[in-house]
Amino acid sequence: MQDEPRPDEILTRVATFLKGPASRESGPHISFQLRVAANAVEICQRQLTLAPQAEAEELERLRALLSIDGDLPTLNRELAVRIRAGALTLESPGLSEHLWATTLAKLAVDQPTYSGYRAALAERTGT
Amino acid sequence: MASDDAAQIRTPGEIVAERLAVVAQRHFPGSSGVANVTRLTAGATQEIWRFELLRADGDQSLILRRTPGGAIVERTETSTSIGLETEAEVLRLVYAAGAPAPEVRHVLTPEDGLGQGFIMTFVAGETLGGRIVRDPRFAEVRPKLARQCGEILARIHAIPTEHAPPLKHAGAVELIAQLQGAYQATEWPRPVFDLAFRWLGERMPPPARPRLVHGDFRNGNLIFDETGVVAVLDWELAHIGDPMADLGWICTNCWRFGAVDKPVGGFGQREDLWEGYEAAGGDPVNRAHALFWELFGSLRWGVMCAGMIPTFRAGESVERGVIARRASENEIDLMRLLDGKGAA
Repeated sequence: MQDEPRPDEILTRVATFLKGPASRESGPHISFQLRVAANAVEICQRQLTLAPQAEAEELERLRALLSIDGDLPTLNRELAVRIRAGALTLESPGLSEHLWATTLAKLAVDQPTYSGYRAALAERTGT
Repeated sequence: MASDDAAQIRTPGEIVAERLAVVAQRHFPGSSGVANVTRLTAGATQEIWRFELLRADGDQSLILRRTPGGAIVERTETSTSIGLETEAEVLRLVYAAGAPAPEVRHVLTPEDGLGQGFIMTFVAGETLGGRIVRDPRFAEVRPKLARQCGEILARIHAIPTEHAPPLKHAGAVELIAQLQGAYQATEWPRPVFDLAFRWLGERMPPPARPRLVHGDFRNGNLIFDETGVVAVLDWELAHIGDPMADLGWICTNCWRFGAVDKPVGGFGQREDLWEGYEAAGGDPVNRAHALFWELFGSLRWGVMCAGMIPTFRAGESVERGVIARRASENEIDLMRLLDGKGAA
């Protein structure tokens, strides 16, 4: 499940920035914020492209893992509760695979150049 | 007078320069004024200004660190940072103990009209983590940095706490409870975080002998030159607690600036950090406890990122939203650590 803030919130904020400060001011501070805004748009772009399928698969895994039905936030809350209570651990069948798949899918959207993500991909294809 | 709002037409730079000139006259005998007053960062938590103190026997570069806009900030019981007056006291203590730190030259008073903060010596060098990790300028000194960081931490942790200003006591139990509260407040499920809390809870180190802990000792808060670490900055999260917390935090992957194979700040190996620490008189490093604090570091930064969402929604910046979306970076770091990969 992709984290918040949602793409609509991010894009609204970027548009406000582009119409406001970015159109009136210049300098290093604005250049920096423009790069941040571009990164933000790219996160939204990747989310629109990648998240639908990744989240459908995540939902299937969660239903199997928890043996209950519900939407992604509900099932993720339930998963968090069971992990906190120690009812599910990394040794429980399917949990490690599920968390890896979900986390990799999040990173593919949020920060595909992140060092830890690249290292994890290399480790997982290498072993 | 307390805040810049009182005077609108002039720019903040002009106001700060004018008030610094008065401070120079009052508190720096022998100075004839200030010049080149320049804002260095647009940091959200504190403002940093650099200026030259003009003196007949040679100008001095100084730094003003103050609350944003010169505001007066009320401290509350739940504040995590210690406030600039206390930070100045801690810096003085650290400087007196011979650890690399800027020298505090003046703590602002209400009459100064600059808000809360202090003036310290400017230390020349590089603070940008990515440059420390990649710039050829640091190629020669880089292999020595991890050991140096260990030695510096040993010196900081040896400072008698009875001389420290009133600081919060926070060991593993308190810090985890605090983080758990911050995570619950986000009201957003992150099962990897729950797994990490569970892992930490099962491996709590025994209560440590309380030490002065920097609280944010990492690449980015250190000034380097070609000889190594020349100053430790940003003491606002200083507290009394478990010294291993500092040794773990500087190894957290988010502060390696892409150099994952060099756990200490992206420039060195854990063994060098630990050896330097022990050789300089620090307590023997328990490897399991060090890993505990490193994993705690990823969880801590992850929860801090996630906690940016309300700030993003209440504010105007895009940046806070992007930082919030970096919480997941810590989830992958945690998964690697929990799998025994990131610590190899």
